[in-house]
Amino acid sequence: MTANPSASASFLSQQLRGFVPGLEVHDSPEQRAAYAYDGTAALRAEPAAVVFPVDTAQVSSVLKFAAARRIPVVTRGSGTGLSGGSVPVDGCLVLCLTKMNRIIEVDAENLTLLAEAGAVTADVAAAAAGVGLFYPPDPGSMKISTIGGNVAENSGGLRGLKYGVTRDYIMGLEVVLPDGEVMWTGNKCVKDVAGYTLRDLFIGSEGTLGIITKVLLKLIPPPAARKTMLAVYDNMENAAKTVSAIIKAKIIPCTLEFLDKVTINCVEDYAGIGLPREAEALLLIESDGHPAAVEEEAAAMVAIAKANGAGEVKIAATAEEAASLAAARRTAFSALARVGPTTILEDATVPRNRLPEMVRCIQETARRHNLKIGTFGHMGDGNLHPTFLTNEKNQEEMHRVELAMKEIFARAIELGGTITGEHGVGLAKKEFLSAAVGELNVGVMRSIKSAFDPQGILNPGKIFDPRP
Amino acid sequence: MSELALKSLDYSVLQQCMHCGMCLPTCPTYDLTKLEKHSPRGRIALMRAIADDHLALGPAFGEEMSYCLGCLACETACPAGVDYAHLFEVARSDVEKSGVMANPVRSVVRTALLKILFTHPRLLRLVGRMLWLYQVTGAQWLFRRLGLTRLLPAKLRELEPMTPTVLPKFSHQLIAPVEQPTGGRRYRVGLLTGCVQDLVFADINRDTADVLLANGCEVVTPPVQPCCGSIHGHNGEHAVAQVMARRMIDLFDPFTFDAIITNAAGCGSHLKHYGRLLADDRDYAVRAREWDRKLKDINEWLVEIGFRVPASEAAEPQKVTYHEACHLCHGQKITKQPREILRAIPGLELTELPESNWCCGSAGVYNITQPATAAVLQERKVARIESTGAPVVATCNPGCHLQLVNGLRQADSKVRVTQPVSLLAQAYRTEPGATNSHEQK
Ligand SMILES: Cc1cc2nc3c(=O)[nH]c(=O)nc-3n(C[C@H](O)[C@H](O)[C@H](O)COP(=O)(O)OP(=O)(O)OC[C@H]3O[C@@H](n4cnc5c(N)ncnc54)[C@H](O)[C@@H]3O)c2cc1C
Ligand code: SF4
Ligand code: SF4
Repeated sequence: MTANPSASASFLSQQLRGFVPGLEVHDSPEQRAAYAYDGTAALRAEPAAVVFPVDTAQVSSVLKFAAARRIPVVTRGSGTGLSGGSVPVDGCLVLCLTKMNRIIEVDAENLTLLAEAGAVTADVAAAAAGVGLFYPPDPGSMKISTIGGNVAENSGGLRGLKYGVTRDYIMGLEVVLPDGEVMWTGNKCVKDVAGYTLRDLFIGSEGTLGIITKVLLKLIPPPAARKTMLAVYDNMENAAKTVSAIIKAKIIPCTLEFLDKVTINCVEDYAGIGLPREAEALLLIESDGHPAAVEEEAAAMVAIAKANGAGEVKIAATAEEAASLAAARRTAFSALARVGPTTILEDATVPRNRLPEMVRCIQETARRHNLKIGTFGHMGDGNLHPTFLTNEKNQEEMHRVELAMKEIFARAIELGGTITGEHGVGLAKKEFLSAAVGELNVGVMRSIKSAFDPQGILNPGKIFDPRP
Repeated sequence: MSELALKSLDYSVLQQCMHCGMCLPTCPTYDLTKLEKHSPRGRIALMRAIADDHLALGPAFGEEMSYCLGCLACETACPAGVDYAHLFEVARSDVEKSGVMANPVRSVVRTALLKILFTHPRLLRLVGRMLWLYQVTGAQWLFRRLGLTRLLPAKLRELEPMTPTVLPKFSHQLIAPVEQPTGGRRYRVGLLTGCVQDLVFADINRDTADVLLANGCEVVTPPVQPCCGSIHGHNGEHAVAQVMARRMIDLFDPFTFDAIITNAAGCGSHLKHYGRLLADDRDYAVRAREWDRKLKDINEWLVEIGFRVPASEAAEPQKVTYHEACHLCHGQKITKQPREILRAIPGLELTELPESNWCCGSAGVYNITQPATAAVLQERKVARIESTGAPVVATCNPGCHLQLVNGLRQADSKVRVTQPVSLLAQAYRTEPGATNSHEQK
């Protein structure tokens, strides 16, 4: 770093404005401080400048500019990422896509939707619903996350169990490569095997391979009926057993979401919708599809829940009540911040028949290290979010959090699981990557990275460290 | 410069924001600009950067705090329970203390408005009276006709058509100091007449008193009331706000009332926090906490005591829509009660307003300090109101009331603006066999 970062920052912006006419560039200390973080706890770094391109051509020019000077570029959507993916690296340009947010086309004949990468997920879903179609992926952050960010993290949601994750809805992408070339990969065809499916490489690439500027999404017809239920438990393992049993009974409901007692109470403090505060665990269950099938599936799941120790299973009486339950569930992570000033959230995922063991491990680990923890997650996907409720100013406690985190990861891997199901590796999990996937995998990933980005200017240091 | 309050603030208040971004879509200034520093999360990050010495408090931060509407939509949206109102007041107060925004004109105007006019109720009424004379004598018409408004500085010129129409009478000329309900007394309440409400909407204060009387409340309304200090608190004048709070508590001893009633949402959301404002004041802390407990918005109080549904002769129902004042729905979390009152009034049919809790741009003195943004929000609000097809819109705050009147007038709209309590008062008055519900003592 130079002695006076803001002087060099303004020099850089001046050059950039000259190079890309009309580009919105911000470099005041206030603007830079406002892009020093994403949704991840305890990470902070300021960029040299923040740019807001309004079209693909501007994105391309910015990358040409950066490539010629080897300036790192960190792509940002809405900055809700939970692994530090859009946290700047020192001296970088943050390229923010929130002003490229148009929904360009909804094609009801081919069931596709084309949007700019900065479009907000909820707006995409609403545009689809506007013509009677359905875009299922619904991450907890959908009201503000961008579709580009969803692609870059391959985000999941509350409906992952039945409908899959973002990847399952990507038909095509427009991507700007690190040298500024603009590439289309994919199309409106249901089938296409002309060469490698490059599109898939960008899904979950966390802004390290290219900048996604347009997204072509697959839409589906919406289900005709829905039924939402809340199963109440006096112990967490029984909730996990219920999930395993439902899957084993060959039922694939749309949603199987889990909340533990700490989370229930935080969510209730915020939403005040009458969740049972005394319960040790809740399962939010939703079945959707043909009305008759929904009834049958729901009845079967009620029986399974009761057989596995659910005290009570409440059925949402109205669509509004069902929606408010799902909305409340989406606030779980943020609501947990009511307990401790720093919330460190994990994303461990295991095969679904190993859920009871994983739940037990989380409880025991928290107890052993004397840590406060709240757990919620997409249990139907085997994806739990144990969240440490701590204080980053308490170094001793933060150390215990680190130890606990390592143990939980180790156990998840032992059970055939992974360190992150949907939030990505970013900065937060990169030290665990090779343990999770092995050195060979990391080596191949590095080779792919250098094939696309030989100079290493796109989001350097995320997922893995650059090759020495 | 003295130590910044942001630095001495309990740090966990700042840390409470875990930067999840869930508040961003509800923030009107973020919605307009898509810039992080114009969002709640960004603003809190700037405050924290100042507290942590990553950022110096400069004019750009001052401007940011001025650009924030203080609408508190972010508080409603925030699952983590961030107390944005508190952070915002602390930050604004630091901006004032640091003097980074000082320029001679701003200082004179601020002193005139905040430190003189809004601390001297009699003077405020006098100015109000002159404004009224100016309007009714036709001087306003003449002034505009002759193009003399062009002589005003640009900012004032934009404001001039916004100046509210002042009523011929103030509250104390319409409401006796103590009024008794006819049908037996169930409660004893104090009535706050407010500053703007008193100047411009004294009739709504009368309506409020009538509604209280109709529901068994003895109404105590001291003729001269100090400003509650909300305008000072929201604008960084912490010490003046404390002085005003003490005067208010001196005037209304909270231990002698069942409730102290305000009908101005902007005042209410400040009035409910005297406890915090005077926490370190040994003489006042106890009374201030009691005050917080007793302070009720009129809508809240009416529903709490189970207000009487007016009797009616069947009439063609008229549509009414409801705009939520930010400081009622976000600041005080009062959303159901005004709707319940509107639904209970015979002959009215409540039609929901799309984006009913999106700020109308009034936001205290925002339409004076940030006219461009205020105008954009005003137009957006007017368009939504028009889309409902309702001939009447009700709201619960004098600032919003004026903002809607002005916005609708500029759009040549026929929609009338009123307040739920006025509609209720009117319904009681037109009940079959209605008599005067109060006697004056
Ligand atoms: C309250 C809350 C709830 C959440 N719930 C869920 C959930 O249920 N499921 C889930 O999977 N995640 C969830 N998340 C995580 C997060 O919202 C997702 O990862 C989301 O996809 C991030 O979108 P964003 O626009 O905020 O991207 P950012 O955070 O800005 O960026 C995320 C990453 O993507 C890269 N990136 C962004 N846009 C582009 C682009 N156009 N081209 C290339 N790279 C890009 C960035 O460089 C970064 O590495 C939640 C987060 C919060 C705060
Ligand atoms: S204010 Fe609340 S909702 Fe907004 S970013 Fe902070 S924690 Fe999240
Ligand atoms: S008070 Fe209103 S304008 Fe200010 S940050 Fe909160 S939502 Fe935005």
